[in-house]
Amino acid sequence: MEYTIFIILLPLFMFLFLGLAGNKMKPVSAGILGTASLATSALLSYSTAWQYFTTPRIEGVFPAVTPINIEWLRFTEHLHIDLGILLDPISVMMLVVITTVSLMVHIYSFGYMHGEKGFQRYYAFLSLFTFSMLGLVVATNIFQMYIFWELVGVSSYLLIGFYYTKPAAIAASKKAFIVTRFADLGFLIGILVLSFYSKTFNFEALCSGDLPTLSAAAGQTFMGCSVLAWGLGLCFVGGAGKSAMFPLHIWLPDAMEGPTPVSALIHAATMVVAGVYLVARMFPLYIDYAPNVLVWIGYIGAFTSLYAAIVACVQTDIKRVLAFSTISQIGFMFVGLGVSGMGGHHGLGYMAAMFHLFTHAMFKALLFLGAGAIIHAVHSNEMKDMGQLRRQLPITHITFLIACLAISGIPPFSGFFSKDEILAAAFQFSPVMGWFMSFVAALTAFYMFRLYYNIFWGKASKHEHTPHEAPASMTTPLIILAAITCVAGFIPFGEFVSSNGQPYIIHIDSTVAITSVVIALISISIATIFYRKTSVIPERLARTFHGLYTAASHRFYIDEVYLFITKNIIFKHISAPIAWFDRHIIDGAMNLLATGTQKTAYAIRGFQSGQIQQYAWVFLVGTLLIISLLLFI
Amino acid sequence: MGIQVEYYLIVSTIMLFAGIYGFLTRRNLLAMLISVELILNSADINFAVFNRYLFPDKLEGFFFTLFSIGISAAETAVAIAIIINIYRNIQNIQVKDIDKMKH
Repeated sequence: MEYTIFIILLPLFMFLFLGLAGNKMKPVSAGILGTASLATSALLSYSTAWQYFTTPRIEGVFPAVTPINIEWLRFTEHLHIDLGILLDPISVMMLVVITTVSLMVHIYSFGYMHGEKGFQRYYAFLSLFTFSMLGLVVATNIFQMYIFWELVGVSSYLLIGFYYTKPAAIAASKKAFIVTRFADLGFLIGILVLSFYSKTFNFEALCSGDLPTLSAAAGQTFMGCSVLAWGLGLCFVGGAGKSAMFPLHIWLPDAMEGPTPVSALIHAATMVVAGVYLVARMFPLYIDYAPNVLVWIGYIGAFTSLYAAIVACVQTDIKRVLAFSTISQIGFMFVGLGVSGMGGHHGLGYMAAMFHLFTHAMFKALLFLGAGAIIHAVHSNEMKDMGQLRRQLPITHITFLIACLAISGIPPFSGFFSKDEILAAAFQFSPVMGWFMSFVAALTAFYMFRLYYNIFWGKASKHEHTPHEAPASMTTPLIILAAITCVAGFIPFGEFVSSNGQPYIIHIDSTVAITSVVIALISISIATIFYRKTSVIPERLARTFHGLYTAASHRFYIDEVYLFITKNIIFKHISAPIAWFDRHIIDGAMNLLATGTQKTAYAIRGFQSGQIQQYAWVFLVGTLLIISLLLFI
Repeated sequence: MGIQVEYYLIVSTIMLFAGIYGFLTRRNLLAMLISVELILNSADINFAVFNRYLFPDKLEGFFFTLFSIGISAAETAVAIAIIINIYRNIQNIQVKDIDKMKH
């Protein structure tokens, strides 16, 4: 399956081509070129997936294939960085997800970005992002993953700051880059710790479970924890940064300053699940060497999902609601991974997390693209500027409703199946966790329908011109994604992806399923009462729980805490003295040296007069002096 | 042995110091060149004299003198070429004016 290399190289070439020659082309032809190359990539990934999953299993497992592996940098006999392609169930699934969503976004952007300045640049960056993300998922070793991980960060930075004349967009892009970069430092240290003890970067070797170096390192401890737990925990810090886990989530809501299709592609469907993918990729390691870290990942995921769900309930910017909903859903995925064990029924959480990743990518992209169509129609992100849009935007309305039902976990839409599996896994882990996550699921249904009713029902607001349905280039992706959302739940996902590779038959646990559906329906009805028609209940509630409401609408002041810590503590008490030391002591020493040299030079420059006879005098006197020294001493 | 060796050496010493004095005090490049020739010739005399008086059966000193004369002729040719070029550039061969190269 050597042709998989083209899935990755096509977007790279397209980035280089559009980046270098884009400005000489018409915007439309640049867009068509980018979309065509991505469509080819998508077709190739579908064919890869077909070929991979139709080859017979070996001992009940789809074998991992490495079609290409090039040794790139060799450090020692054991330690070398390779670049290659690793195909196993999760990477093949990610290939399909990324190329599909990216293709939808490419098509959608024709309508959404029409007439924007820098259209070619936009498509070039989209290609760069797709390239980096594809490279990330097929990485054969942690270091290749890290390289593409950073590339993903850069392209995300470029795309968030696409409207570079807007100060908010620049601030948001910087924030996203710095926060994720800061988290990536943890990832890098984690990689170094892991590779120091395991003497390899290779995923297959690491996850094979019988690596002698790892078993030897398992006994060593550092500050009370095993060194491998430290390494894996630090890797998760990197993942938490990219996947916007509490408290590193602060960049994601601000990243909504980018164009909406970008939010759909990067900040909903693909990049933010990189952390989930990282943990899933090294899952056997976590199970074998750091089960405690894995449980903590689950707790962090659970807390984040609750936090983000509460904040999402009071946001008024529709893209921010979706951003917090994304954070919350990624929290769900981490809970799935955190509560999972290895193999068979214990591995349910792993399968569920991957399944949720897959379905969430589709319906969240749909939600974002729908939000884009709405913003395109009313030219505002704020809920108060919307209302009663269901007649003007019929296609958007239906597809948005499907996505809302899916994320709320209503059968037969895809979100129901995956979320239900996560809840079942959580109940299996502990009833507290199960009920906790069910509560978050209820909040999910509530805020999604709050969003839905505020946009499409509620009170109509005045518009300068009547909102109209988006062009076909924008509605087609919506319809395709909605169709996927309707049927994706029926994919026998456990057949393809499971914790140990053995096929896992998904059976819906009827108690959990009925509970979650009932809870979702109750939340939806509450949202219907509150927001379908103008109602005073929400305002009265907001007044009753005034403190909670204000805190939630300020995202529980996490950003302020960050600002306080960075500005008042780090900048003032650490950075400022260091800067003073640098400016006065280090620069001062250098300046002293330079000034001394200069002064001396001025003092002695008179010796070089250019008068030969003067030189000759000096020479003569010197010679006589030396001779007299030799003679008399 | 008509003339003693000291007489030769007195002559060559006078020539040497006359040359050094001329090199340090003359302002004209040609005069300085002539002074340099005086210094060289005084050294040549010394070579010849010491060969004649200390090793009468050998010829190295004489040959070295001839060699030195050849060298000084070539050096004079080069120096005069430089002086002519300087004259072409600044219409002057006063040594105090030739300080352009110090920068």
